[in-house]
Amino acid sequence: MIQSKRNSLFVAAAALGVALSGTPASAQWEPQRTVEIIVPAGTGGGADQMARAIQGIVAKHNLMKQSMIVVNKAGGAGSEGFLDVKGSAGNPHKLIITLSNLFTTPLGTNQPFSYKDFTPVAMLALDEFVLWVNAEKPYKNVKEFLEAAKKGGFKMAGTGSRQEDQIITAAIEKAAGVKFTYVPYRGGGEVAVQLVGNHADATVNNPIEAVAHWKGGKLRPLCVFDGKTLPYNEKIAGDAAWSSIPTCKSQGLDVEYLMLRGFFMTPGATPEQVKFYVDLFQKVRATPEWKDLMNNGAFNTTFMTGKEYVEWVSKEHTRHLNLMKEAGFLSTN
Amino acid sequence: MAEFANLFNGFATVLAFQDVNIFGTQMYLPFNVFLMVVGIVLGVIIGVLPGLGGANGVAILLPLTFSMQPTSAVILLSCIYWGALFGGAITSILFNIPGEPWSVATTFDGYPMAQQGRAGEALTAAFTSSFIGAFFAVIMITLLAPMVAAFALRFGAAEKFAVYFLAFASFVGLSKEPPFKTLAAMVIGFALATFGTDHMTGSLRLTFGSQYLLPGFDFLIAVIGLFGIGEILLTMEEGLKFKGKDAKINLRVVLDTWKKLPAYWWTYLRSCLIGCWMGITPAGATPASFMSYGIAKRVSKNGKNFGNGEIEGVIAPETAAHAAGKSALLPMLALGVPGSPTAAVLLGGLLIWGLQPGPTLFTENSEFVWGLIASMYLGNVVGLIIVLTCVPLLAAILRVPFGIIAPIILMFCAVGAYTVRNSFFDVIMMLAFGLLGYLFKKTNYPLAPLVLAMVLGDRAEEAFRQALVGSGGSLGVFFSNGLVSTIMALGFIALFWSVISAGLSRIRGTAPATAG
Repeated sequence: MIQSKRNSLFVAAAALGVALSGTPASAQWEPQRTVEIIVPAGTGGGADQMARAIQGIVAKHNLMKQSMIVVNKAGGAGSEGFLDVKGSAGNPHKLIITLSNLFTTPLGTNQPFSYKDFTPVAMLALDEFVLWVNAEKPYKNVKEFLEAAKKGGFKMAGTGSRQEDQIITAAIEKAAGVKFTYVPYRGGGEVAVQLVGNHADATVNNPIEAVAHWKGGKLRPLCVFDGKTLPYNEKIAGDAAWSSIPTCKSQGLDVEYLMLRGFFMTPGATPEQVKFYVDLFQKVRATPEWKDLMNNGAFNTTFMTGKEYVEWVSKEHTRHLNLMKEAGFLSTN
Repeated sequence: MAEFANLFNGFATVLAFQDVNIFGTQMYLPFNVFLMVVGIVLGVIIGVLPGLGGANGVAILLPLTFSMQPTSAVILLSCIYWGALFGGAITSILFNIPGEPWSVATTFDGYPMAQQGRAGEALTAAFTSSFIGAFFAVIMITLLAPMVAAFALRFGAAEKFAVYFLAFASFVGLSKEPPFKTLAAMVIGFALATFGTDHMTGSLRLTFGSQYLLPGFDFLIAVIGLFGIGEILLTMEEGLKFKGKDAKINLRVVLDTWKKLPAYWWTYLRSCLIGCWMGITPAGATPASFMSYGIAKRVSKNGKNFGNGEIEGVIAPETAAHAAGKSALLPMLALGVPGSPTAAVLLGGLLIWGLQPGPTLFTENSEFVWGLIASMYLGNVVGLIIVLTCVPLLAAILRVPFGIIAPIILMFCAVGAYTVRNSFFDVIMMLAFGLLGYLFKKTNYPLAPLVLAMVLGDRAEEAFRQALVGSGGSLGVFFSNGLVSTIMALGFIALFWSVISAGLSRIRGTAPATAG
């Protein structure tokens, strides 16, 4: 009896030794409990949709042993979510999906957080912006539109205030020497319908927010605020595809704007932990569901990690600082 | 008649038998009907828990639906929504705690009824009214979808403000409370609605440097506190007992109540129309329920008795809330604009399932759309049967001693308040609102104008300023076309109705109407 107990103890010790010696070789970190994805925006928006799509893909394809939940912390233009992640240093089971409010909220409201507080994981995609007008209007291209706008009184409908839509509007005003009346609404869908109903003269909706009305012949895209035309050739409205929309720059309107759809971890996350999530997102990107999502929303599918991602984010921060300073959107308190 | 052919195809989709694998067992069953029942039951539970609203419930379950057919997925999720619409009334009537914002108006007469031992009657009336309102809205969606979508397009910021104004005026202008107390409650409500980030300029208002005040006060938190906690404090003071504990528990209560309902056909029709109108414009279910209650109170023969347990005061808001809740789906499907927070989450679901809401959805994904519409008909019937069978059971809850049930209610309120935004600060705010609600009741100030000002104040202000930004500051924008002028004029008539009706009576040479 005593003999056998000692034997089993010995076996256990040996097993422990093997396990210990084995750890440095594999160096695999894995989540030990449920992973939380914080969405610094409300339910139903673009970031929320993407987070929930990822949650569904991870569950459906069994990409992770632990489960994943999505938590919305939208308060204070997203600062509630960012401050929560900032305050959870060393918790590797919390990630945040960002939109442009990573830059605009701290600059515009003086909330105490910055992109430097978080551990960058990966950029999953960039959301495009397109200049839309009502299809009944006579202007067929950017030049005609800007000429009409120069007469004044044009209303630009957009999502939120001092956020991406208004920043783009300010950038267009500066680049083309025109003046718009910017009218903020709560969501992209509502903005698109204001344009269809002729309550506004133009919008800079994301593709997915306006595509149905384009398909239905109610809206007309004039140009896309990206450096190159979109790679999606599938015909959408008549003969036109996403790829047939010219870039704004090629039309003489030198404005580029893309919105980050990327992930960050809490402060102090280790490289092993970051690597686990980078690998996870790579697997997500390989699924057909993800490809459908990218296709439907005509996303820019640039993927970045590590140093490249950090540099992109820091460059983007400087750009937002400049754009917001010129437009007078910086916090004064 | 193409609509009917489509609709019957929809029914076929919903009722079809499928081979499905549930928990490892292969089964051949009408899977969509099964999902419908699961969805309704879940929805009722979600609706009963204050705070955990339909939007949260649907959002949490959304990722589970990715491996399903889009039609099955939307049936499951929309049935959760219908279930939540039904469930919101339960706690309003039993405990004076609105499970959902749109059941606030149901508490005004539903709770007094429960206190008089008529909980079963109130629940039956609420559920039946929900069913009728919803059914009316679905019929309208079936027949008028394209027309209604075109009409909704005419609503810019000015028109939207006019709708809020009308809803507000028809509730407040028709109220019979002392005018100064009403005004005071209303002003407090508007003041509370101004806290937080200003959506128009992005600047901060009344946040006093605190990050907790950035989002402002959530309407649901205020409602849970003002009604739920306030009521518990009051009951504690009055000696820890439920007044409704003598409730008759009788299976016949459903049938007995049904016998009374046909007499209120005009209330039903009016509330259905108000609900559909508010759902499409899209102002939503909460303003619809207030507006319908306010108008019913004024035009009903029993108007004086409203607030003391009048069954019509349950019928009017419930019918309108459900008609609005269902018709809110129409702008979502046809235009891609969600008419309610839950519709916003469903909209996200459509995009993830690879469907593009908007004018082309009806032609390109006809099977999906009509499957959804058919499931609205069937889900409604299934929902009514489920909740009605629970009426005696629910009414029996009131027999549980207050000492046991109060801590449970308090816990659910706290969990609910936390769930709204995952914030502990909201739980503290809920208690503070509870104290405010208690003070209001002790001093006989009406809570309804405060709540209405809070829910409408924010959105009405936004629409008002959007309209003014667009017009360059000219107030003429609110009378710039036939549609907006008509709505504004109706609003003014409702606001000054007491004065107008008194004037009319004088002209006719009769005494001023008392019930009118």
